[in-house]
Amino acid sequence: MSAPASKDRSGASVAAPARGTSEYLILGATLPDGSTTDLLLRDGVIAATGAEATSARDSGVSTIDATGLVVLPGLVDLHTHLREPGREDAETVWSGTRAAALGGFTCVHAMANTQPVADTAGVVEQVWRLGRDAGWVDVRPVGAVTVGLGGERLAELGAMADSAATVRVFSDDGVCVDDPVLMRRALEYVKAFDGVIAQHAQEPRLTSGAVMNEGVVSAELGLTGWPAVAEESIIARDVLLAEHVGSRVHICHLSTAGSVDIVRWAKARGIQVTAEVTPHHLLLTDEAVRGYDPQFKVNPPLRTAQDVLAVRQGLADGTIDIVATDHAPHPSEDKDCEFDVAAFGMTGLETALSVVIESMVLADDVEFGWEDVARTMSSAPAAIGRVHDQGRPVAVGEPAHLTLVDPGSRWPVVPRELLTASDNTPFAGRELPGRVVATFYGGRATVLDATPIPIEGLA
Amino acid sequence: MRHLLSAKDLSREEAVAILDTAATMAATQQREIKKLPPLRGKTVVNLFFEDSTRTRISFEAAAKRLSADVINFSAKGSSVSKGESLKDTAQTLQAMGADGVIIRHPASGAPFRLATSGWIDTPVINAGDGKHQHPTQALLDAYTMRRNLRGDDAIGSDLGGVRVLVVGDVLHSRVARSNVDLLHTLGATVTLVSPPTLLPVGVERWPCAVSYDLDGAIAQGADAIMMLRVQRERMSAAGGGFFPSPQEYSRKFGLDRNRLAALGPDALVMHPGPMNRGLEISAEAADSAQAVILEQVTNGVAVRMAVLYMLLGGSEGATGGTA
Repeated sequence: MSAPASKDRSGASVAAPARGTSEYLILGATLPDGSTTDLLLRDGVIAATGAEATSARDSGVSTIDATGLVVLPGLVDLHTHLREPGREDAETVWSGTRAAALGGFTCVHAMANTQPVADTAGVVEQVWRLGRDAGWVDVRPVGAVTVGLGGERLAELGAMADSAATVRVFSDDGVCVDDPVLMRRALEYVKAFDGVIAQHAQEPRLTSGAVMNEGVVSAELGLTGWPAVAEESIIARDVLLAEHVGSRVHICHLSTAGSVDIVRWAKARGIQVTAEVTPHHLLLTDEAVRGYDPQFKVNPPLRTAQDVLAVRQGLADGTIDIVATDHAPHPSEDKDCEFDVAAFGMTGLETALSVVIESMVLADDVEFGWEDVARTMSSAPAAIGRVHDQGRPVAVGEPAHLTLVDPGSRWPVVPRELLTASDNTPFAGRELPGRVVATFYGGRATVLDATPIPIEGLA
Repeated sequence: MRHLLSAKDLSREEAVAILDTAATMAATQQREIKKLPPLRGKTVVNLFFEDSTRTRISFEAAAKRLSADVINFSAKGSSVSKGESLKDTAQTLQAMGADGVIIRHPASGAPFRLATSGWIDTPVINAGDGKHQHPTQALLDAYTMRRNLRGDDAIGSDLGGVRVLVVGDVLHSRVARSNVDLLHTLGATVTLVSPPTLLPVGVERWPCAVSYDLDGAIAQGADAIMMLRVQRERMSAAGGGFFPSPQEYSRKFGLDRNRLAALGPDALVMHPGPMNRGLEISAEAADSAQAVILEQVTNGVAVRMAVLYMLLGGSEGATGGTA
């Protein structure tokens, strides 16, 4: 099939970018542990640190003054909607991964709910190649659990695992795998290739027609409520299933206080469960829906202030393993309408790190430092996705996937200025802390001076 | 007051001013020639995305008696199923010279979006949106209560001390939400009576009492009882419906002969219509001397005249405030 043309893509088929053709010397960067060092990037790896790196200073290498900047392992997103193939009006692999690079990411997991659905080796390989050709980040396709996200029979999980895309994360995200037998089979089946099922926990019968959190605000606004129990009951079922069959299960976009309690209980019991929270669930509450603005319509919905506090505490204490963006771009016509008929979802790649800094690092009521940022936004998601060369320590010999962030700067969120092809950010008009200054993917600078640097020959 | 979107937006003073203006309008409707001139040359659009003959006709009559030109636009189903967006529909009508938009829409918040998204710049009147609000219904209900309970002393007064029972499907009812808000603002005491399945989660934060027991609520005394319509589709919804059978609903929450007697002859019997006789209200109650159901319809025209006059009449200083 031929993908529709897009203003953001060259259309030309380009071989995988040569990596490590540039050398960079990063001076005076602050590591997550608070110490400072110089870093020499050469041949796609961190070639030297400390004095040995500093000594390369006069060899003509490009230098970057990172005084006051924090260096993080390149961020890894386990939950991104790149929309290609099928909805190139909302986002393409190229536009979405460029936005990801500007957000500090070096790896994103592309969700399977494309058109056609990523439920075959062919589609996941297509997405994987588009990502490789774009060259902004490592694109790791997520495979659908069931054929067409239909919830009726398993997709060819083994074929996707064995494909060039080496899929390890499987999800029907957008739809819950609600059939308990099918969920059990999926959990068992992926053990053969060390895969994981990422569950979109939403009991469908309890959420028919639901558009926002069920509670005080929905009662007043007359919008159909999405009760917390619809999420919690599926998580409770699935951790017990994972325990029973000895599999690992990942919970997508956990959003309620009750869900945090269930995952905490499951971990204490030794169940192999991991969980993610989105940036928007760390910062926003259902009070934001009062203006009926569909920019605040998302699934699972924005919850109460108590839920926000619980997920922040859960992230700080390790109950919730990772932050994942659930970046969900939509064209403006799908948001410039009545709340009931608007699409669910928010963009997030370019605001995620800033929102985590705002809601966690700068917050007084939770303990959360830069090592926690590196863990929850890089090493832990890479480990869940089995992406072995991402999320590595900032150390000699490690791949040069790095992000430099200026924690002291604040920047205004202007939807049109974001690089994602869609404008549906819930943070429009806010000023957020922490601008990504530079991103290195395999030693190549994808972002310098907060500006994306395309590969030569690609628009 | 630029728009009328929610009864909750009205202050006590604004609400009383609307009721007083409605009384003036009602007085003019006793004359042989009912037509008044204040909106001559203005065009009002009835933008109805949901069938509602009685509300549309009531607004149409109100606008015409104020000499406005009325365009009726009815679009069945949602704007999406029709293919044109709400935004485009509204902008088209404004481009044709509409001075005010009266909107009925199945999506909660649609009037709010119309008024606040920058799509159009005319006043917007909410004629019922989804499960959210129906402010002119609440105003006509309050007007009817005030007129019957306060009599000649009505002008300038609120509903302080009045006890109102609102009975039935609160969960899906914009009438219930609007009435709770406005009656509370006007000083009345409201008790919602409903099976637990037809109350929203979160109702405990509303400014009213809640009861599952109609006989017990009536025994506490009431000055007015408002019976809400039970939609037929509520009996076959997900999970097998919201109550076991129409018979059980009627036995537990219907206004029958015994409950009418228990209310006493001075309590007003109200219903926003259309009624399901034999389900939420017996024929005996609906046709009783204390029923003011038809008077509600009559008062609806006067209240809507008052709202149209105050929003479109061009003397904004006279009404004050912002909604």
